[in-house]
Amino acid sequence: METLNIQYAGLHQVNGPLVALDGVKGAAYEEIAEIELENTAASRIGRVIQMEGEKVVLQVFEGTSGISLTNTKTRFTGKGLEIPLSTEMLGRVMNGAGKPIDGLGTIFAEKTADINGRALNPVARDYPIDYIHTGISSIDGLMTLIKGQKLPIFSGSGLSHNKLAAQIARQARLRRGEEESENSRYQSGDNFEKQDRKDFAVVFAAMGVQNDTAEFFRRSFEETGAIEHVVMFLNLSSDPIIERILTPRCALTLAEYLAFEKNMHILVIMTDMTSYCEALREFSSSKGEIPGRKGYPGYLYSDLASLYERAGVIEGSSGSVTQIPILTMPNDDITHPVPDLTAYITEGQMVFDRGLDSLGVYPGLSVLLSLSRLMKDGIGEGFTRPDHPDVTNQLFAAYARVGEARSLASVIGEDELSVTDRAYMNFGRHFERNFLHQGADENRSIDETLDLAWDLICLLPKTELDRMNSALIEENYNEKRAEKFK
Amino acid sequence: MDTVYAINGPVVKVKASKNFSMLEMVYVGNEKLVGEVISVDENFTTIQVYEETSGMKTGEPVTGTGAPMQAVLGPGIIANIYDGIQRPLKTMFSKSGAFINKGITANALDEERVYDVSVLVKEGDVLKGGEAYAECPETPLITHKCMLPPDIKEAVVTFAAPDGQYKTNDVIIKIRSKNSQQAEIPLTLTQKWAIRKPRPVKNRIAANKPLITGQRILDTILPVAKGGTAAIPGGFGTGKTMTQHQIAKWCDADIIVYIGCGERGNEMTQVLKEFSELIDPKSGKPLTDRTILIANTSNMPVAAREASVYTGITLAEYYRDMGYHIAIMADSTSRWAEALREISGRLEEMPAEEGFPAYLPSRLAEFYERAGYAETLCGKEGSVTVIGAVSPQGSDFSEPVTQNTKRFVRCFWALDKNLAYTRHYPAINWMTSYSEYDDDLAAFYNSVSDDFLKVRQKMISLLTEENSLMEIVRLIGSDVLPDEQKLIIEIAKVIRTGFLQQNAFHKDDTFVPLEKQLLMMRAITGFYEKCAEALGKGKLLSDIIETGWFDKLTKMKYDIPNDRLELFEEYEDIQLNV
Repeated sequence: METLNIQYAGLHQVNGPLVALDGVKGAAYEEIAEIELENTAASRIGRVIQMEGEKVVLQVFEGTSGISLTNTKTRFTGKGLEIPLSTEMLGRVMNGAGKPIDGLGTIFAEKTADINGRALNPVARDYPIDYIHTGISSIDGLMTLIKGQKLPIFSGSGLSHNKLAAQIARQARLRRGEEESENSRYQSGDNFEKQDRKDFAVVFAAMGVQNDTAEFFRRSFEETGAIEHVVMFLNLSSDPIIERILTPRCALTLAEYLAFEKNMHILVIMTDMTSYCEALREFSSSKGEIPGRKGYPGYLYSDLASLYERAGVIEGSSGSVTQIPILTMPNDDITHPVPDLTAYITEGQMVFDRGLDSLGVYPGLSVLLSLSRLMKDGIGEGFTRPDHPDVTNQLFAAYARVGEARSLASVIGEDELSVTDRAYMNFGRHFERNFLHQGADENRSIDETLDLAWDLICLLPKTELDRMNSALIEENYNEKRAEKFK
Repeated sequence: MDTVYAINGPVVKVKASKNFSMLEMVYVGNEKLVGEVISVDENFTTIQVYEETSGMKTGEPVTGTGAPMQAVLGPGIIANIYDGIQRPLKTMFSKSGAFINKGITANALDEERVYDVSVLVKEGDVLKGGEAYAECPETPLITHKCMLPPDIKEAVVTFAAPDGQYKTNDVIIKIRSKNSQQAEIPLTLTQKWAIRKPRPVKNRIAANKPLITGQRILDTILPVAKGGTAAIPGGFGTGKTMTQHQIAKWCDADIIVYIGCGERGNEMTQVLKEFSELIDPKSGKPLTDRTILIANTSNMPVAAREASVYTGITLAEYYRDMGYHIAIMADSTSRWAEALREISGRLEEMPAEEGFPAYLPSRLAEFYERAGYAETLCGKEGSVTVIGAVSPQGSDFSEPVTQNTKRFVRCFWALDKNLAYTRHYPAINWMTSYSEYDDDLAAFYNSVSDDFLKVRQKMISLLTEENSLMEIVRLIGSDVLPDEQKLIIEIAKVIRTGFLQQNAFHKDDTFVPLEKQLLMMRAITGFYEKCAEALGKGKLLSDIIETGWFDKLTKMKYDIPNDRLELFEEYEDIQLNV
């Protein structure tokens, strides 16, 4: 097309990551433009974010340093922001804008797709019900991950969220058909692992994280030999913020392609969503937009939803996209806009508790604040074990009572507590030490997790079990089971 | 020709045009995206576009339709699932696949479906606006009435087709307005109505019948009337959606309009799945046969989210006009308010609190005012009950959407984080919630039983007393309290876990008939009185606890199936040997 060859010399205005051009004809909204700088070989990429008459505002992904009003030549490409997609990308490392940075050459694209994706029609979704086994008792038992779910980790600086995410990525197994026995399903033998995981891949998106963190994940994937099933999109903390806004979109576009066109099961790990939101805030304020809470743009909810909603299972494809976004809560504040809006969109949350972490509990997940919204339909008979829902409810209720007993004990002293309250105190300690806590390489089967839960429940008097029916209690309750904790 | 001058997200401007009127529906760009005019001045006409504008260029055409945004009303709405501007999502799925393409069009109603139509008028009859001229069975539960559009005052029928099988766009009757020589107007099974304009009624009637939901805390402690308004505010994870699902499943309205406004896609899938599997006990048909879904999920265009609540309430009013009782679940009104804020920001309007536009309260008021119990133009009684979820940021109820909603609703079901953490569901806090309908509904409850309000009041005062006692207990433990006060704490625990807490996944507990609720309240308050009397005669509370009756009362919700209420006799005859 003729317009594509027009180059516009110079700029009208430069402001933060934004540049404005005047006298532009035929540009399209959200079109990509290439900006050539005099005396440099590399061109920069910008996207149209506002148009008024012949005036066009571009956001420049690589930043505007070195750009003056006169030293640029801008050309509009006629396309939106697309990335090449291919199954060859498994095992590769890209930058935040989807360009390979591992020195292994360019990607041969099977197709290209707009990174913004398109909205998924709600009637095309299948309701997610398949349980993902992670081997981590607190998750499998209390906040079960479901295939196609978006279940974020809320953490704080210095807590072990990265370790947990890596462990989930290593150990995650799908529940297979009924014909396979419980044992073979969760074996971690080498052959079985490869066979089990051939249609499983991890898409990892790092946004504004330190090099060490990215390196930690890479090493962790390498050590387990899973690296050829991992695609990494890295936007490190020193990389441009506009690129940071693209990073999760590139990652999710690839995840959707692998899941829904290549029928793979994709686990997307995105870290750190707080850095992403800060990039969005910086970008919004440079555009002069009216800020909402804590300076974040009013559309933060819609923007986050456009990422998180790109998870799920759809009709007509056997693949799935499961998301584990990680975010750090500034000052451990769960009411901060980023965790708050995230939890309104995602299907639950796994919340780290600094108190548990400092007691040496790993993973130190807060039982009461954490929640998996989809677990109720994915556990129990035919999924995990028939007693799972009741056991979970009883553990939640009992642990809530532990909190009450502890706050009372902090006032009147533990010795003054009633017998029942002391039983709860005891239960709480053993629950944290034995159930919540486990090794970073420990992979517990669902039977191990639930049996352990029963052992702990037996620390409580029988009359306190108000969330299960009498038959179930008779079948499983035996005070001797708790003796190993004494 | 009018053309696009400026584009900023969903906001598009046309320069110096006099061809558009306020709130007119327009088609924007080469892809003919649906939009609505939201401001007009001599320099610019501003349009909000209901789809993504990426790829649009300045200079593309903008054409007006001459009419405001309208909903298409006619048989085939029920059991359907629409997006915010009433495009059927199932049709779009078959047209464009799992992901929604831009500029896609689809008729709101299935035009090929044939209905068994009975024509109710004959040539020469005089019809008033809102009166029915034909009816047809739409679902096994709902008979659809085709009514003269209410903006036509009076008309003479000049042609009436015989009863028979018709499609939605077949002409059923023709009319001529009285006292005018205008041309005949043909009427089909459908009509259109502007979504932002309330449909008129003959009279509004006092709302004095409760919407029975089968949820104990709502039906007894915090009732909402048919035609009333209620808000469910709550932070994430407190169970707003779950509460709305439970009401939608079990309440005694004829039709449910469920608006998923800026919420999760999987929740809509869940509604679709669960409602098609659940059988309505009254009719033996799946619940989808009485449900209309509007799904504008959080990743769908934000302007259409703004329109979705109006589309939903217009459909509800249309069925109300036929004489049905409708309950609307709007989940969540906060997302709708955020859509207003986002568009307002793009228009560079002066923001009020937290960036929300200054007209937020008036928009909320307009929406909730469309609820009501009414005598319709065709002389029937119908109602629209609005139940809106509110998602306050940071669970802070002082934020503008919660505060302004509170001013316009009469039921406030506040969900409490701490209750949710302990998995006490529904996590409605009985101390901070309120219902202003209890006086209006007193006559109804007295007709159920003359002691209904008495036992209800007893339960409420026990909970209130417990609340003040707990302040002491939290400081020094319960051991120091006298037995009378310990009894209140024990009985309040029974009320909380045995009555207020309700298990949505239990076959009997998910829906509890009002009669069982009453019997449960009687059993609890009756037992309390017996205990108080026994304590007065010197019996120790610890001995009463040992009888196991407190446990038994807590578990009666599970132990007594809904169809074996005679089992309550055992609870009435509790003997505490003194």
